[in-house]
Amino acid sequence: MTILALDWALVIEKLIMIAIIVFASLGIALYTTFAERKVAAILQDRPGPSRAGPFGLLQPLADGLKLIMKEEIIPNAANKWLFILGPGLAMTASLMTCAVIPWGSAIDIFGRHVELQIADVNIGILYVFAVVSMGVYGIMIGGWASNNKFSLMSALRAASQAISYELAMGLALIALLMTTGSLSLKTIVEQQVQGSWWNIVYQPLGFLIFFITAMAECNRTPFDLPEAENELNFGYHQEYSSMKLGFYLFAEYINMIMSSAIMASMYFGGYDLPFFNEASVAPNIAAMIGVGTLLIKIVLFIFLFMWIRWTIPRFRYDQLMGLGWKTLIPLALFNMLLTGAVILAKL
Amino acid sequence: MQALTNKAQAVNRKPMTFWERLYLINIIKGMMITFSHMFKKQPTIRYPEEKREFSPVFRGLHVLNRDEEGRERCTACGLCAVACPAEAITMEAAERVEGEENLYREEKYAAKYEINMLRCIFCGLCEDACPKDAIYLSETFAPANFTRKGFIYGKPDLLIPNPKTEAGAFAEAKGVEA
Repeated sequence: MTILALDWALVIEKLIMIAIIVFASLGIALYTTFAERKVAAILQDRPGPSRAGPFGLLQPLADGLKLIMKEEIIPNAANKWLFILGPGLAMTASLMTCAVIPWGSAIDIFGRHVELQIADVNIGILYVFAVVSMGVYGIMIGGWASNNKFSLMSALRAASQAISYELAMGLALIALLMTTGSLSLKTIVEQQVQGSWWNIVYQPLGFLIFFITAMAECNRTPFDLPEAENELNFGYHQEYSSMKLGFYLFAEYINMIMSSAIMASMYFGGYDLPFFNEASVAPNIAAMIGVGTLLIKIVLFIFLFMWIRWTIPRFRYDQLMGLGWKTLIPLALFNMLLTGAVILAKL
Repeated sequence: MQALTNKAQAVNRKPMTFWERLYLINIIKGMMITFSHMFKKQPTIRYPEEKREFSPVFRGLHVLNRDEEGRERCTACGLCAVACPAEAITMEAAERVEGEENLYREEKYAAKYEINMLRCIFCGLCEDACPKDAIYLSETFAPANFTRKGFIYGKPDLLIPNPKTEAGAFAEAKGVEA
């Protein structure tokens, strides 16, 4: 009867939370595609999608339906297992990131104290890194299994880009972790809630590096070399159709949401609403305000991503590598040394 | 070498300064430009609801005109077909018989009058050639069709509505005189 010793209420609570977060991020990703088209249009003096529903709000549903209804094509020369595994892996990896993000403080519901985080693991940020590196496998496997030279080339580009930029990202993070002294995202956010300043004040250079590398990790313009329509046709998902293609496209948007959430949590106080005393309202309401605050921060970051995408042209491949290895990594190292020196001086 | 025009500009080969090489400031400048475009007026015309106004001298689909009493003006003289550079117009003449005076103005009329809209270049020379003011170009254009045959417009497609019986439709088809 050892199995009954489990705290079943906790299991159910976590399962419900996982379901809510997964479906919410899928829904947000759906509407991020719409927002991307709308932002692109408005920045280019166009109205954008406006036919399906009021203001075109039903457009993402139409897009999703279209993707599902399309014929599934697996090329004869493709490796079938890997071809199917690729998009699944990309999607899983990007959804797994949301496990350690603290979406809010905690609410009391039915007499239970529910932390608004799926898992508060003490190696949170390390876990994020591990999962993000998995995302490369989705692209790599998809590009390889397609048996198409453009897909393979794009997959190679994606892999080398991810590896080069993860280094700088990690180095930028080390400087932040030196100041916080914890890898747990919850602790990092709580420090910012309690402390007077957000981490961006202590780590402006670190944030800049992190932001640029996050953009590269999400394969967003100006780092969208793996997709590079004009040289690689469509990149690693060229042979994909129907919902398998949809998974790749969605994974990109979910990655964007997750990296926005992580940036908001690590540098911009997470669910902390500035100039607002959480103790002045009921704890549940304060937690909800916190969730809303984090969502607003995420939306702002996503807008920034899109704004940059529709402003800056793509890097050339050698420029990409040059920026990664010759600029960002030395800069991140310098930032790390500087942070270390300041911490030592303060001791 | 002497320049042909005064438009040539010397290429600026000054090495970039540190701030220019940093690229960040220029990115922010560029982003400000795109941001300012969010508040610009969109030139888009949302087509089915909104339509672009044609100029009054627009040369669109042909109309075979009637006089004030609703009689066809065309006498099938063939001057329009001769004037047509694209050879889009064909017609067959017929003689007016007793009792048709309220249908045709002159003793001769066009029994068949066809314009191939795929050949027509909408130059308006037929309009200029017509001595009877029987054909002119309106302010609409030929709608899409599934077959080539559908683009050969006969008399039922071209004739203006009768001003006696359908005055409103006549006025609408007539449009604004340029």
